Amino acid sequence: MLKLTAITKKFGGLQVLDDVSLTVPECAIFGLIGPNGAGKTTVFNLITGMLVADSGTIELASARLDALAPYQITRRGVARTFQNIRIFKDMTLLDNVLVALGDHPSYNAFSIVLPLRRYRQAQRREQERAREFLSRVGLADKAQLLAETLSYGEQRRLEIARALATGPKLLLLDEPAAGMNSVEKLQLMDDITKLGEGGLTILIIEHDMRFIMGLCQQIAVLNFGKLIANGTPDEIRSSTAVIEAYLGQDNEAGGELGGVQA
Amino acid sequence: MSFVTFVVRHRIRCLVATVGIFAVIFSRTAKTFKHSSANKMEWLESFWSTYNTLVLSVGTNVLLALSIYLTLSCGLLTVANAAFMGLGAYTAALLTLNTQMPLWIAALAGALVAAAVAAAMGRPTLRLSGVYLAMATLAFGEVVRILILNTEQFTGGALGLNAIPQLTQWYDVAAAVALALYLLLGLARSRVGRTMAAIAQDETATELMGLNVRTYKLFAFVAGAALAGVAGALNAHFTFFISPGEYGFERGVEILAMGVLGGTASPWGAVIGAVLLTLLPELLRGLGHYRPLINGAILILIILYSPKGLWDLLRLGARAPKAAA
Repeated sequence: MLKLTAITKKFGGLQVLDDVSLTVPECAIFGLIGPNGAGKTTVFNLITGMLVADSGTIELASARLDALAPYQITRRGVARTFQNIRIFKDMTLLDNVLVALGDHPSYNAFSIVLPLRRYRQAQRREQERAREFLSRVGLADKAQLLAETLSYGEQRRLEIARALATGPKLLLLDEPAAGMNSVEKLQLMDDITKLGEGGLTILIIEHDMRFIMGLCQQIAVLNFGKLIANGTPDEIRSSTAVIEAYLGQDNEAGGELGGVQA
Repeated sequence: MSFVTFVVRHRIRCLVATVGIFAVIFSRTAKTFKHSSANKMEWLESFWSTYNTLVLSVGTNVLLALSIYLTLSCGLLTVANAAFMGLGAYTAALLTLNTQMPLWIAALAGALVAAAVAAAMGRPTLRLSGVYLAMATLAFGEVVRILILNTEQFTGGALGLNAIPQLTQWYDVAAAVALALYLLLGLARSRVGRTMAAIAQDETATELMGLNVRTYKLFAFVAGAALAGVAGALNAHFTFFISPGEYGFERGVEILAMGVLGGTASPWGAVIGAVLLTLLPELLRGLGHYRPLINGAILILIILYSPKGLWDLLRLGARAPKAAA
């Protein structure tokens, strides 16, 4: 479904991504892990068009994404959440989701001049749809609250509801479990599994190993911008390259500890 | 209980009181108030002849504040609205002076010229944000002013345009304000308004919802320019005389102040800001030399106690009882 080919990205002199190739199969829950600063979020930023790769291609279902503007990429079916939550805090939950529902064809500029019945009906239908997305993440009863009043875990779930409302085929989750307690994490794993069963392809960045190992069918590991492993959770767990990246290697020149790199 | 909570709790009464104070001040300054009906008419006439410019100014200032509300509600800090007002004013005035065109058609032409210029300059400049956008629009405003100043053969240069027919009646201004308010209130409730509010909060997140942020910004900018153009055209046709100096930096800042003071959460904020900033200097007229001082102090107090604008203050007051229940 998603195919990255030989992606390279530099920030000034820093090689953030070096020849990364990655294929995410359709309907999979795919994990992307790696020590801090490995370039995981940069991969997301490249896929969604927030950054442009120096070289390499990105394809979604065989169509090139890398020359498109971010909003066009979203319209092709890629949605994401953010590591640092980016909900619209001064809006109600309902409005947050309504923004994401996209341009509605059934009414136009004239409707603002004269709000006819059809326009009001379309607005009502939109609100019902928005409520559905909220209920999928268990927030329907808080639809009229301002988003800033939500707890951290709820804000993350709202962000997922908003991403779903754009109608994605591929969902990118950037550390969805960060800051959640273990009960919330279990609930979230359950929600994500259901989304995957519903036919959505999901790519997750996460540091919580139990979370990622329990959820993903396949996992890729980035370290210093290079893909060092790619396989099933069991393969990743036993890969020496991955263990070295996280725990460091004895007697190496410089003796670097990947796990503490900022 | 602080002054602010008092105002919030008794906002209806405060409103009525303000209206009352207005009435008293007007009647005192008109000085001719008597109880016979014939004298009432006389009083009204005398009031109108003294204050018609002020009343019409309130109207056109509301239009200008609404024009900057459009860009502010999108999170864009632009100060080119005075220039768009000038473009509208000059276009319309030249048309009525040279072709005896009816006011409304001339005003429409003024709006179109302002909108066309905004569309042309908006494409490159709206890539900027924050203070950089403010700088670019500020520079554009100066370019327009100097252009009008130096095209003497058309615009009369520094001498301005004289003897513009006084075509603007109070109902023209009232109709323009009502129409603009109606449309902008509808817009605010629509998907477009919601998207603009989202852009103001987080542009990147909005773009990643699949929305073409640049188109929305350009729309807000162009629509705001058109509205400022109409305001300029109406204004020029009751002030008799216009010159480039009226559409410079000070005017731009004044319009911005109206928008910010009222608040950008709703078009009503712009209305409140414009009415207050136009009437305040008049209400303080009795203070003589201290007038600008008190005027400034009041503005500072409002900004300090309600940084999101006066409308936000009123809205919070309206919401408070619900939260308590």
